[in-house]
Amino acid sequence: MYEVISAISNYMLPAIIVLIPLYALFRKVPVYESFVEGAKEGFPTAIQIIPHLVGMMFAVAVFRDTGALDFYLQGLVPLANWFHIPPDILPIGILRPISGTGSLAFVESIFHTFGPDSFMGKLASTIQASTDTTLYVITVYFGAVGVKKSLYALKVGLLADLIGFIASLVICTIMFGAL
Amino acid sequence: MINYIWVFMIVSGIIAAILQGKIDLVTTAALTGAKDAVAVCIGLISILVFWLGMMKIAEDSGLLKKLTKVLRPVAKLLFPSVPENHPAMGYILSNMSANLFGLGNAATPMGIKAMEELQKLNPDPHKATPAMCTLLALNTSGLTLIPATMIGIRMKYDSANPTEIIGPTLLATIVATGGAVLLDRYYRNRHFRGINSYKK
Repeated sequence: MYEVISAISNYMLPAIIVLIPLYALFRKVPVYESFVEGAKEGFPTAIQIIPHLVGMMFAVAVFRDTGALDFYLQGLVPLANWFHIPPDILPIGILRPISGTGSLAFVESIFHTFGPDSFMGKLASTIQASTDTTLYVITVYFGAVGVKKSLYALKVGLLADLIGFIASLVICTIMFGAL
Repeated sequence: MINYIWVFMIVSGIIAAILQGKIDLVTTAALTGAKDAVAVCIGLISILVFWLGMMKIAEDSGLLKKLTKVLRPVAKLLFPSVPENHPAMGYILSNMSANLFGLGNAATPMGIKAMEELQKLNPDPHKATPAMCTLLALNTSGLTLIPATMIGIRMKYDSANPTEIIGPTLLATIVATGGAVLLDRYYRNRHFRGINSYKK
């Protein structure tokens, strides 16, 4: 199953890059001119995102690097114990929606201490891989079009992350057994 | 909500630094964060330029329209407010397929392009539309078939079975995405109800 999908993933990119221009040429589209015209939009779009991402990422960095995050995590340990969540897993769950590289650092530290094939290692992998960095995605997508009021998008994103976290815990416990 | 989270992160960071007597941590962190953000955007330039060029070819040749037609039923269910055959649909579906097959690099430009098309349908350019929120819900929950990045990291740490997490990850991401779609639907209905009662 993995080999099949991974082969599809590997071949898909080259296939897309070849087939799109080929099909367009067949339909008599001036492909090169089309490419350049579309590509022009890339630079201003990337630049447009800068202020949004700087605003978000500097706040996340201040929150994380000053130790404020650790302080809150300490406070949440009793709550985690109450729900039988391993305390080492908690930082990953909290950090995942805010900072993808931040939570990855915790995943790697679990790999280091417990090993990637331990229950903890597999649980950490699942939590990290099953969702995307909500704050980053919202900042980039809304930033690119200059939308300031995001309605309920953040709420939905964060609640879905919580659902994903709980689902990972339940699924890994059922599939790989408890600690 | 985003305003509160933002101020909360900054203020608690400053308090934490003061309590430790290391106020310089704030400056260093702020500048590192800003620098990283710009680096991410610079990295996005090449990806955006390349994929927006490719997608323009797909649009001009009518390929995007074809894709939209094939997947119309799914799209209609998730994005009822977007008119049929609108170019936004083509980009939304490209974004979703790129995510599904783990082509993260391609997914972001297509998603941004979809946002731009949705923005054209937006009566108030500063405020998100419900269709934008649905697109965001699908992207933040990160539906993907193969967690390639995670498998790579597991290999780096000499995992005996790096692909063992595919099953649980797929299940968890399906649950999270399903939850995101349902929550999005709930808040969307509430949003429309709010607008209607305001009009009355």
